[in-house]
Amino acid sequence: MKKSRRRFLKIAGVSALGLGAGSAVNVFASAVVKKEENNKKASENSQFEKMPNALTAKRWAIVIDTRKLNDKRVEKIQNACHLNHNVPAIPEEKKEIKWIWTDKFHNVFPDKENEYLAEKLEHLNILTLCNHCDNPPCVQACPTKATFQREDGIVMMDYHRCIGCRFCMAACPYGSRSFNFFNPRPHLENVNPDFPTRQKGVVEKCNLCAERLAQGKAPYCVEASDGAIAFGDLEDPKSDVRRLLKSNFTIRRRPSLGTGPCVYYIV
Amino acid sequence: MLDKALSGSKKYGIWIGFLLLLIGGGFIAYLQQLNVGLGITGMSRDVSWGFYIAQFTFLVGVAAGGVMVVLPYYIHDYKAFGRITVLGEFLAIGALIMCLLFIIVDLGYPSRLFNVIIHFSPDSMLFWDMIVLNGYLFLNVVVGWNVLEAERNGVSYKKWVKFLAYFSIPWAVGIHTVTAFLYCGLPGRGYWLTAILAPRFLASAFAAGPALLIILALIVQKTTKFDPGDKAIDTLSKIVCYALIANVFFFLCEVFVTFYSQNPHHMETFQFLFQGVHGHDNLVPWMWGSMFLMGFGILFLVIPKLRKNRFLLPITCVMIFVGTWIDKGMGLITGGFNPTPLNHITEYAPTGLEIMITIGVYAIGLLLITVLFKMAAAIKEEVGA
Repeated sequence: MKKSRRRFLKIAGVSALGLGAGSAVNVFASAVVKKEENNKKASENSQFEKMPNALTAKRWAIVIDTRKLNDKRVEKIQNACHLNHNVPAIPEEKKEIKWIWTDKFHNVFPDKENEYLAEKLEHLNILTLCNHCDNPPCVQACPTKATFQREDGIVMMDYHRCIGCRFCMAACPYGSRSFNFFNPRPHLENVNPDFPTRQKGVVEKCNLCAERLAQGKAPYCVEASDGAIAFGDLEDPKSDVRRLLKSNFTIRRRPSLGTGPCVYYIV
Repeated sequence: MLDKALSGSKKYGIWIGFLLLLIGGGFIAYLQQLNVGLGITGMSRDVSWGFYIAQFTFLVGVAAGGVMVVLPYYIHDYKAFGRITVLGEFLAIGALIMCLLFIIVDLGYPSRLFNVIIHFSPDSMLFWDMIVLNGYLFLNVVVGWNVLEAERNGVSYKKWVKFLAYFSIPWAVGIHTVTAFLYCGLPGRGYWLTAILAPRFLASAFAAGPALLIILALIVQKTTKFDPGDKAIDTLSKIVCYALIANVFFFLCEVFVTFYSQNPHHMETFQFLFQGVHGHDNLVPWMWGSMFLMGFGILFLVIPKLRKNRFLLPITCVMIFVGTWIDKGMGLITGGFNPTPLNHITEYAPTGLEIMITIGVYAIGLLLITVLFKMAAAIKEEVGA
């Protein structure tokens, strides 16, 4: 739907110009084609090469079973993600970079806060990460398409296109995005050579381990969670996530905003 | 025509030298920012826009405010504004250049600036903002320059210039509307998510822009032989008065909706700005200061005797300028980010380097305005207007 609208705008733009100057149309049209090729290239480059055994889905989703998480497991999950994705450890807390982290129940679910909360929830550290929204405000806001949504729903970043305007950070209602206020490389203890490091001045966030899915592997957080985090195809009734959603009551973060978050929580 | 700006009194030279010094300081600070990154600023993961974007937003208003002299002159043939229309247009040029520079200094990766054009994205409001701001800059340069040149040559300006001047009027409304749309279309930010944001932006713009224009016209009146005219200044001050009342009224509407509905998240932003939440209260004196300045600004303009007092008027205008600057700059941006998506309060204050860069950009704008105004005044003196 969105794609066709964009296409329509492009065609409309070309035709409008054509009304004025017939000969200019060809020049402009070829420029548009070239641009489309360019766009394609950029998004393909950042979508890691797919192996024959790659995991695919119509709509990726995650289910987090908060009952199965404890501080130790959470730390293991966070380390698995951050160390493998070359997420720097910035000493200044206000400017830190994080892809997956925890906060208290009333912070993660501010609209579901009860004055008298179940005791176990009161002290629970709840994992939070990018929701890979169905209708992502960050993608809408980005002026360069450096952040974009894949066919399978994953919201990705092109670190080589981002201009660092941080409009996406203002647009994200979940605080899931981090900005490289400094050169991140000096803050990496060990660099994972299989994943790119970033430069100062660009935004980054969870990519649902697109690079792992392409190799037929589950995301790091799922792997490190010992069964507390499930992932799968939301549109496949037989997938792990659908099975869990069917048998458990789940909640999502701020669904009333209409963003369609695809991370579900069992509490 | 620019040659008129190259010669001047000793005072003019000192002023230009002073501005160049500030620009130099800002440039050195910017080199540091390029080198280290935006980490040298007070911005954070939670408050990811700060002083630069605040200035940008405010100055778009100053640029749009120029239309308050263009409209009465071209549409209603209000002759008293004939003398200062070009000043309004030149003020808009200076303000727009500052806007564009504030966007550039705010970018994390400025060398990729042109990605906004190469990979244009009509879904993003920033794309449209780029178009309206540059378009408005173009309109003001063309109209201002041609009208002034025609005046110098003792001929009336061409018809197409007048057409462009008409065109620039809705365009001025457009630049500030689109700038408001940058904010008010974001689903998760309660303080911004309000349909009244664009009208409020326009109201505060039509107060701040003409207030600055009054100050500048009084300076021109004092330092050159060109007299912008008392009648024009008096009319402008009435415009500032009504616009400011509208701005405060819109703000009070926002306060009513928030506190009568008792929406907790919307209330928390107001509490953060005007009371402080859990000891986070660094904006409280600023916000009350802003209310105080705007309130007294209205009072001093509503009462005719005070409005016509030529000693008080520039002071009133400075008060209004500063009051709207705090309200639309710091308050709006930091307020929009708090409470954060994870329901925390994160304070923001600019750093020394950030302030130096900001002053540097303002100095560039002032230099441009000085040069353009000098040129305009010299030509008006020459033709004996």
